Amino acid sequence: MGVEQLLQAIPLDQLLIQTINGIVAGMILALVASGLTLIFGIMDVVNFAHGELFMLGAYVGVIILAATGNFWLALLAASLAIALLGAAIHVTVLRPLLGRDPLMTILATFGISLVLQNYALWQFGPVARKIQEPFTGHFTLFYLEYPWYRLVIALLSAAIIGALWLFLKFGTYGIWIRATMQDRVMAQAMGIPVPWVLTVVFAIGAGMAAASGVLFGPLVGVNHAMGLDWVLKAFIVVVVGGMGNLGGSIAASIFISLLESYASLWVSPAQAVIFSFVVLILTLLFRPTGLFVPTPK
Amino acid sequence: MTARRVASYWMVFSVVLALLIAAPLVLPEFWRQFLTEILIWGLLAMSSDLLVGYAGMVSFGHSAFFGLGIYGAAAALLSITPPNLWLALLFGLMAAAGVAAFVAYFATRLRDIYFAITTLIFSQIFYVIIFTWTEVTGGENGLTFRRPPLAVPGLFSVPFTSETLHWFVLAVVTLSYLLLRRITQSPFGMVLQSIRENEARTRAIGYPIERYKIVAVMLSGLFAGLAGVLYAIQNRFAAPDFVFFLVSGEVIIFNVMGGIGTLVGPIVGAAFFLLLREGFSRFFTEYYLIPVGLIFIAMVIFLPQGLLGFMRRSLNR
Repeated sequence: MGVEQLLQAIPLDQLLIQTINGIVAGMILALVASGLTLIFGIMDVVNFAHGELFMLGAYVGVIILAATGNFWLALLAASLAIALLGAAIHVTVLRPLLGRDPLMTILATFGISLVLQNYALWQFGPVARKIQEPFTGHFTLFYLEYPWYRLVIALLSAAIIGALWLFLKFGTYGIWIRATMQDRVMAQAMGIPVPWVLTVVFAIGAGMAAASGVLFGPLVGVNHAMGLDWVLKAFIVVVVGGMGNLGGSIAASIFISLLESYASLWVSPAQAVIFSFVVLILTLLFRPTGLFVPTPK
Repeated sequence: MTARRVASYWMVFSVVLALLIAAPLVLPEFWRQFLTEILIWGLLAMSSDLLVGYAGMVSFGHSAFFGLGIYGAAAALLSITPPNLWLALLFGLMAAAGVAAFVAYFATRLRDIYFAITTLIFSQIFYVIIFTWTEVTGGENGLTFRRPPLAVPGLFSVPFTSETLHWFVLAVVTLSYLLLRRITQSPFGMVLQSIRENEARTRAIGYPIERYKIVAVMLSGLFAGLAGVLYAIQNRFAAPDFVFFLVSGEVIIFNVMGGIGTLVGPIVGAAFFLLLREGFSRFFTEYYLIPVGLIFIAMVIFLPQGLLGFMRRSLNR
């Protein structure tokens, strides 16, 4: 098959639909990944349990939604609950490992992820739960009825990330966090309570993962293994975007998601993942500091 | 290193070996197979210890080498009749070596966490390929095949019993252990340890460290593939789950539980983990990973040297 035939084989409308799908998925991914990159950039912790925090957030959302019927309340409560869980995990497990080999934190968070995942399986069972979307309006996109909700997710994710950015840029605690990121010892010397800053950062990252879990819940079912896919994708994004670089992770999230949506025009979605794997490996080989960071001078 | 210490090391070694040889004669069938399984997982963990413990490279991709060993053996056992043990071994090792060469070439350019993530992603690539290439690999259902007889061409050919299988596995694992021990104590192994301690200085002394790292990953992958072949022979099926990165994670858990940089530690770690799993799955059924995970986290915090960490010096003499 020649290139022209190949191009003709994809109708333009499908391409547009996949573009929108890719951007929506990219914004959710960005929400997960920005928490992960924040945790990595500040604490040097590769958080393997991030996907499980995402998954537990979705489950807490399911429970609260069933109890109150209010989606937005569920979103808020799930984020807060998982942020608290994140803080607890940090204080009990990660704080004793402060200053040890980064490998130890990978192992510890891997252990946490095993525990949380099996806890979810035990508590909620293997059957996927469904979160009802808060509104069910559609608009017509070519032959498709495209749900408004998807666009709202993308906007909401952007808003949350924007709020995080403003907080880091202008908030007092945000400035503490950035100071800790630049130089932990100096920050400590200036009187910033570094261990608590780290705990708060982990809690924020966990809360954002939970929020994306609840937002994403209506699109796919909520089940105990949903975190695995996401943590892998978020890792790819964080590395491709440059570790600890918020803007880079967002750009990389959208890039990777678009790539996967376009790829799924030709191959099955399961195989589309390989494209993002290849992007990651090429990035690591040729530009290990990340695709979306300026070249260091 | 005094002669007495060497003598005591070999004495302990022969006592443990003798116990392992005698074990299938006294153990009931279930525990006999359990012990064989420990040895196989122990070999896999030991192969990863060469990287984690000696070269300081944490591989999260050992499931790829292990899985390709299984699928390679499966290919030989399914396509060649009658099934031949040595061809299965050859195919499995070749598959694992091919993957290891590929992974080693790219991943060794990176260090620390980046090495870990790259190996993890590579193993996921192979997972996705195996999972979706249904015509060849059987996809999600995997492959089942028959166990080859224990045969030496022209001499004898007997079907495996659980005792002879145990002895065969024990022989392979013991030989691998001695080989790996020799490797880690050779000048090559010393360079690997030097890379672990200070990579920049090793490079400055003039060692081509990239080449050393590539060889280390390939050797490690080869032994992991060997473990895969043994696993295929024992369990007679191949499934994509063995290539999934959770297996690599478990291998790292074995290493840390037993003590990295000791070679025997990972076997002890595998035994400890599998025993915990066996014990807890009686009470927690399939949720055994909750207590086992908690024990693992506690060990990472309070016992980072692992169970055999205190013997690390004496084991490396």
